[in-house]
Amino acid sequence: MIVELGHLALIIALCIAICQATLPLAGSQYGIRSWIALARPLARLQLLFILISFASLIYAFLVHDFSVRYVASNSNTALPVLYLISGVWGAHEGSLLLWALILAVWTAAVTVFSRSIPNNMVARVIAVMGMISTGFLLFMLFTSNPFERLQFPPLEGRELNPLLQDPGLAIHPPMLYMGYVGFSVAFAFAIAAMLNGSLDSAWARWSRPWTIAAWVFLTVGIVMGSGWAYYELGWGGWWFWDPVENASLMPWLVGTALMHSLVVTDKRGAFKAWTVLLAIAAFSLSLLGTFLVRSGVLTSVHAFATDPARGVFILGFLIVIIGGSLLLYAWRASTVKSSVRFEPVSRDTGLLLNNVLLIVLAASILLGTLYPILIDALGLGKVSVGPPYFNSIFIPLAIPLAWAVGVGPFLRWRKDSGQRLAKILIVPLVGSVVIGTLATLLVPPYFTWGALLGLITASWVLCSLLVLVIRQMSIRHLLSRFGRSQLGMLVAHAGIAVFAIGICLTSIYSSQKDIQLALDESYDLDGYLFTFKGAERFSGPNFNGFRGVIEVTEDGKMVAELHPEKRFYQTGMPMTEAGIDGGITRDLYVALGEETVGRRAWVLRIYHEPFVRWVWAGGMMMAFGGLLAVFDARYRRRRLAAAAVSATPIGVPA
Amino acid sequence: MKMRFLWPLTLFALLAGLLGIGLTLDPKKVDSPLINKNAPAFDLGQLNDSTLHISPDNLKGQVWMLHVWASWCSVCLGEHPLINRLSTMQGLTLVGLNYKDDRLAALSWLNKLGNPYQAVAFDPEGKAGLDWGVYGVPESYLIDKHGVIRYKEVGPINDTVLKETLLPLIAQLQAETL
Repeated sequence: MIVELGHLALIIALCIAICQATLPLAGSQYGIRSWIALARPLARLQLLFILISFASLIYAFLVHDFSVRYVASNSNTALPVLYLISGVWGAHEGSLLLWALILAVWTAAVTVFSRSIPNNMVARVIAVMGMISTGFLLFMLFTSNPFERLQFPPLEGRELNPLLQDPGLAIHPPMLYMGYVGFSVAFAFAIAAMLNGSLDSAWARWSRPWTIAAWVFLTVGIVMGSGWAYYELGWGGWWFWDPVENASLMPWLVGTALMHSLVVTDKRGAFKAWTVLLAIAAFSLSLLGTFLVRSGVLTSVHAFATDPARGVFILGFLIVIIGGSLLLYAWRASTVKSSVRFEPVSRDTGLLLNNVLLIVLAASILLGTLYPILIDALGLGKVSVGPPYFNSIFIPLAIPLAWAVGVGPFLRWRKDSGQRLAKILIVPLVGSVVIGTLATLLVPPYFTWGALLGLITASWVLCSLLVLVIRQMSIRHLLSRFGRSQLGMLVAHAGIAVFAIGICLTSIYSSQKDIQLALDESYDLDGYLFTFKGAERFSGPNFNGFRGVIEVTEDGKMVAELHPEKRFYQTGMPMTEAGIDGGITRDLYVALGEETVGRRAWVLRIYHEPFVRWVWAGGMMMAFGGLLAVFDARYRRRRLAAAAVSATPIGVPA
Repeated sequence: MKMRFLWPLTLFALLAGLLGIGLTLDPKKVDSPLINKNAPAFDLGQLNDSTLHISPDNLKGQVWMLHVWASWCSVCLGEHPLINRLSTMQGLTLVGLNYKDDRLAALSWLNKLGNPYQAVAFDPEGKAGLDWGVYGVPESYLIDKHGVIRYKEVGPINDTVLKETLLPLIAQLQAETL
């Protein structure tokens, strides 16, 4: 009964979405006020019904209603409650429902935080988001209905993909989707502005906080995904250039470009057409990511579903949404007159460079991700493009980007002088060479040119930020509520330096060894003595497994006791839970391999990974910087000011 | 309308076309010119011990499968449980061809996920792969008792292919006499 209620709620949500996509738009086009006024209530109503639907699916999981196909395929009675709930979005149908829910949440948020924006603009934005929602709800109801019943319900359900049985999964996809779907707000603003015919810079100002908010979620989602892969896959790495990871990285890169480009459009009225294109691209890549993951066009560890009908539907949806918006772009962007001029040395140019580097990076990753499909389409077979390609394009583009980060904040709008810059930047330049060289000589165990380059680059970012702080503002000013945006920029850019230190040191100085150890045998890795103290059988709520004990000593002193696990779920695929001792300067990491019969020995994979946590710390700093910027008082003040303005005419005869 | 604003749309149209073709492609439709030909010879060291050699000639008289894989291939990861199941089948010798891979990475891959192969030929430069016409990874070849390639699967084997094509064919090949 509850399940049918959820299904019905989903159908009603679709009807509301169709109204939301059409009426407010027509209203704002023909000036029908009552239709414009429908936008906000419809969006909130849609959220309510999708929430009902989502809650019913959670309910079906909690009561083990195996007559629902989706519940039977992804859970069983032995599954712990946490994974019963997170199992809701553990596979295709449910994760689409989560997508739709999050879209409704963002739309409802727009209805609340848009008081300062003209009503007909808001109506258009909400209508565009209604169109996206319509597409997703249609997709779900026609090809991927999570509420489908089974005629002969099984007594026991199947297993949730063991890879996904981890607390990290409970929060990782919702975060990621908040980011993906969040870009739909900037997209909707851009489309609404084009529909309006006035591609001025107002839309850029309005969509800035939304874009940053989405970007923050996406950043946190990616960092969490990386941490989850590190812990759960047992490969010791934190990034694998898997198609699904790329699908999240591309919108992130384009979203980063968009964030910066919006500043130029907002403050200077420049790059208008370009910024619109970026807003379309950021969201399109989010949709493309969904297509790549869900359609089975690319097979990867993450791909849950392969069904041709779904692929065809998503492709059609992509063509309508992306193709339609690009057509609109081709039509409207040509009417934009940009009379803003700037010199080759200026902040405008700096941000253009930032955009070019980020877009080239995103495009190269897109190429690498699609190359297997291209080869396939040409009839040349199926291939995998591996990490060597991605690493070889990432590093040469990321290093100039990091150097540009050091220069950018000093640049003046429109026109700056190279001499002025050189005078300022000589201090951080010398500082970074000195600090970077010293750090390379002191921190890692031995010298490499790669470490020198990486550490000088990171020091450059930090030194120049420090000079910026000293030059431009007193600390008090920095902490006052008017400077949060600036402070956010500083924190996020410092995060890049921390991230760079992490990548550089962990990729150069990590050691790894596969070794067979019997009881009390030891192996020395980079001065850490790993001693195997046996492995015991144990069983969890829905799996059996082995838990090993490894003692690690350094110079005779005990540093850590690690407990790597190897688990066997019903599906038979062995799962590794790494034993990790984390620290600021290094992680010690052990994954349990296989037991060697006869010798009572185990194959172990041991790692020493210096500074690996800095990679995630850097990512979290970037996200935190973004968070500070979202809560910048400027956005709030503007809202208050606008509220004051709109309050005045009350009582005045029109 | 200026032409330059049409570029994004054009690029997207190309991309959509590509994805559309990608959807219609059926990995099973690739025919190999090697079907019903003798299996090309190779003489490669084994993955776990380079002093032990392996060659198709040693396998004459058996029904065997050559499975091309690599530790860098994410598709193989998804296919692996099925290969593990296949290894328990009676009367089928499962031989791996580790293609353009790193020995250590490949060994620990097998350690972690289970080793379904009776033997694995190590082909770091892809020489044998070239002779066999390997397009990409993974691929599987089914060879009969006479050393003739009877079937080729490009891309991962799925349950349908296994049940409807491979298992009957394996049974048929096992029934054939030398």
